[in-house]
Amino acid sequence: MEKEIICTVCPMGCRITVTGEGDRIDQISGYTCKRGEVYGRQEFAHPVRILTSTVKLEGADQPLLPVRSEKPVPKELLFTCMDILKKTVVKAPVKRYDVIVKNIAGCGVDIVASDTVEA
Amino acid sequence: MKTDVVIIGAGAVGCAIARELSRYQLDVTVVDKNEDIGGDASKSNSAIIHTGYDASPGTLESQLVVAANPMYDQISRDLDVPFKRIGAILPAITDEQYEKLPEIRHKAFLNRVYDVQYLTREELLEIEPELNPEVKGGLYIPRESIIDPFILVQAYAENACENGVHFLLNTRVTDIRTEDGAVKEVVTTGGTIETRYVINAAALYCDEIAAMVGKADYKVVARRGQFFILDKNTSCKVRQIVLPIPTKITKGKLMCPTIHGNMLVGPTAEDLDNKTDKSVTREGLDSITADVKRLIPNVNVRDSITQYSGLRPNRNPEGLHVDTWDDLKGFINLSGVRSTGLTLSAAMGVYVANLMRDLGEPMIFREDYKKTRKGIVRFHELSREEQDTLVRENPAYGRVICRCETITEGEILDAIHRPLGARSMDAVKRRVRAGMGRCQAGFCGPKVIEILARELGIPVEQVTKNNSGSYMVAGMTR
Amino acid sequence: MYEISCDVVIIGGGPAGLSAAVAAKKEGAEKVLIIERDEKLGGILQQCIHPGFGLTYFKKEMTGPEYAGAFKEEALALGAEALTDSMVLEVVPEESAVYCVNRKYGMTKVTGRSIVLAMGCRERTRAGIQIPGTRPAGIYTAGAAQRLVNRQNAVVGKKIVILGSGDIGMIMARRMTLEGAEVLCVVELMDFLAGLTRNRVQCLDDFGIPLKLSHTVTRIVGNERVEGVYIAAVDAKKQPIPETEEFVPCDTLLLSVGLIPENELTRKAEIHVDPVTNGPEVNQFMQTTAPNVFACGNVVHVNDLVDNVTVESLNAGRSAARYAMGTLPAAVRGVPCVPGANVRYLCPHKVVVTAEEETVRLFFRVLKPALKVKLVVKSGGKVLSEKKEQRVNPGEMCHVDVKTGSVSGNDITVEVTGEEV
Repeated sequence: MEKEIICTVCPMGCRITVTGEGDRIDQISGYTCKRGEVYGRQEFAHPVRILTSTVKLEGADQPLLPVRSEKPVPKELLFTCMDILKKTVVKAPVKRYDVIVKNIAGCGVDIVASDTVEA
Repeated sequence: MKTDVVIIGAGAVGCAIARELSRYQLDVTVVDKNEDIGGDASKSNSAIIHTGYDASPGTLESQLVVAANPMYDQISRDLDVPFKRIGAILPAITDEQYEKLPEIRHKAFLNRVYDVQYLTREELLEIEPELNPEVKGGLYIPRESIIDPFILVQAYAENACENGVHFLLNTRVTDIRTEDGAVKEVVTTGGTIETRYVINAAALYCDEIAAMVGKADYKVVARRGQFFILDKNTSCKVRQIVLPIPTKITKGKLMCPTIHGNMLVGPTAEDLDNKTDKSVTREGLDSITADVKRLIPNVNVRDSITQYSGLRPNRNPEGLHVDTWDDLKGFINLSGVRSTGLTLSAAMGVYVANLMRDLGEPMIFREDYKKTRKGIVRFHELSREEQDTLVRENPAYGRVICRCETITEGEILDAIHRPLGARSMDAVKRRVRAGMGRCQAGFCGPKVIEILARELGIPVEQVTKNNSGSYMVAGMTR
Repeated sequence: MYEISCDVVIIGGGPAGLSAAVAAKKEGAEKVLIIERDEKLGGILQQCIHPGFGLTYFKKEMTGPEYAGAFKEEALALGAEALTDSMVLEVVPEESAVYCVNRKYGMTKVTGRSIVLAMGCRERTRAGIQIPGTRPAGIYTAGAAQRLVNRQNAVVGKKIVILGSGDIGMIMARRMTLEGAEVLCVVELMDFLAGLTRNRVQCLDDFGIPLKLSHTVTRIVGNERVEGVYIAAVDAKKQPIPETEEFVPCDTLLLSVGLIPENELTRKAEIHVDPVTNGPEVNQFMQTTAPNVFACGNVVHVNDLVDNVTVESLNAGRSAARYAMGTLPAAVRGVPCVPGANVRYLCPHKVVVTAEEETVRLFFRVLKPALKVKLVVKSGGKVLSEKKEQRVNPGEMCHVDVKTGSVSGNDITVEVTGEEV
């Protein structure tokens, strides 16, 4: 399989072409720096994304708490994670970086609070 | 339900009639299909109170406009409506236009508007420096004025309401039944109302109402007028109403200040084959710019903060009529009320009251009639000391919701909770101007949605921009 | 009237105001007061729940609330104070005062030895670009929709068309998709992306949302609520090509068509506003034409990275504190900054040469994208420095540094030469 990837590491936006299958990369070209090569390989084999969203918050002056995945999660799990977050309810007070959902969808990444909210 | 008078239409004319009739011992009910008072053309016009200098002499329209103009000084005081006599100029840019001036002035005399003056080129440029320097001379019409058209109609309606008039909004008239040559009842989507009088002030839809009693010998054709509103900081401002020499079809495209300090430019005049298309079009807007530039060369429409259009309810055949029929007692039909509708509204109320007396109705004054109404406080017009006092009395005035126009939560709450209060975004906007600034509700919109939901006790998905179907948000996320 | 007196008063508690407060306190100003109209500090960052903040300043990928939280905590820990739920109504440089109103104190006069403007910006509206058609419910600027979904728990619609490929538009495309809406396309007038490429990848490509470059919305349809929009391709003069017009049924139009610095207070205070940036004219101290008034953040010029806002605002806060304490160096002479080839504007607009030698960072934006560029700084025609960059875009802020000691001529110019894209 051949995939064309736009690198997002810096404003250059190099177009990296990767050929391979699953974890195996046969050929990779188009990057102009080491960071780009790393990005291209990761994006081809295991694309990941930071997930940010909100969860329902109770006991505070605001209805929602912004949350984020501590690290990027596998791209294919984004909507599964969203389904979990849509059903998650948190009670104030919350501190920034409190764990809201541990090991979401079993991918090893925690969802944490992005903000501190008083009760 | 039983009443003495049903007024169909809660626009300027309907509400003015309601106010006038509320002076008498009559049970009056106003019915309107919209969710708020304000009508249609009454809320999308040039906000000018005309003198009638250019009406068709000898017509009922001329009589009513000329009679109405002087009434607004008292009305604006009694009803707390922003109003200002800023005057109008009619500049002649070409020789051909200059030659028309005597005829226009003569027509003003025939309309009994005697205070139209000639001004020389120098005099015109002195009072209106932004005028095209090629101006040859022109006319000055001192009593042409500007008003807040939304507050005028709200004021009529609130005053009427306080004096006992019932308002049925979101209520559409579907039929009018008669018996023995007299009106008997009005059938609406909210029930049937037994009544002795029906006053058809439905403007754009008055032909459809008249058809219910077999009196539609005319049709209403919507004539669309598009407008620009310019930012209060726009580089080119005029001080008076600047009018073009009128043609047969339209008063033409003008430029004038609004009572709140913006500039208004327009309108177009386009006949439509429907009664609902309130689009603004590229061609329409461009034609406004082209025409107005001939009068005010530096007009800068790139400073426009909003564009809108209104539908004039034109009658075909033309002419303003207030008709009654011997074989249809109690039915008073208003048709052909159009560009001058806002202006003549005050006079029309008195005219209809007198008509009812002529028809034999004992018009007995009410002892407890309340003549005045206090409007919603305009926080941004108060001095710092007055603002301070107000906030200490009521902290709701201490939170500014509309940043562009400095409108406070206190004003919005008043708008929602007073009689005939606002129940939609546009209803709030027309009462307190939140959303009329340069950010066009970008900042205050989300806050007003929240306030409406909270104060009306409705879920946020039920907050509408205006009529049913205009929901603001599709739902909650969590 | 309630009166508060302080050393530095800051209007706006978003990233600009918070950074300025931190710097003012660190410089030694005693009483630093932030006046914020929202009930919480953080400004626009409160609703920017997405990542992309702090990449250069903290070398971390943070979300808006995290970034704001870091500065909020630092400012408060250093002793800065905040008056929230308070709207500033007037700035009066001659009185060195700011008038604001809030529920608790009523009309409040806050005097400061120096004032910092950090009011941010507003969004360009549908009417601002005069899109023809009707005026139904369902037309929102992207920021207003973002506030609704991220802070007020409300989705604006289910079938969405987005006009403008700026970052806010693209980020909302992703956000709304994750919340279950269908984003039909992003429409962009220019033939290049307005925002960052990474957003194109992570907000549009990831979700299969088509990007239509060289297109525009020509008409909005719907009486009560949006029923659809007409989209057309545009020619080289950016005029719609009628034969290409197609109707896209939708219930929402989101607009991401530009930000405008919010300078109503600035204008009323008769502080000079630069016509290109639409923000106050400032020198390298972020000092406006009123010597006791400073400015920073989007109110001066629209930024793309909050990290740059922080750099500028730390500078403004420090300078405002120095002014308040009487330690801001006196100007020996003022040198205007003049945009050269392919430069839209330079900020600061003016550099004052003082007895102190300092390095001034000039921020600027290019007019057109270019590759293999040279950024050349000149003064009085003489080259002061040259910097090479691989690529520049109008959507990404650039900068060059100038040593004030080296400014020999009567102006400073920056020109950008390179290959067309």
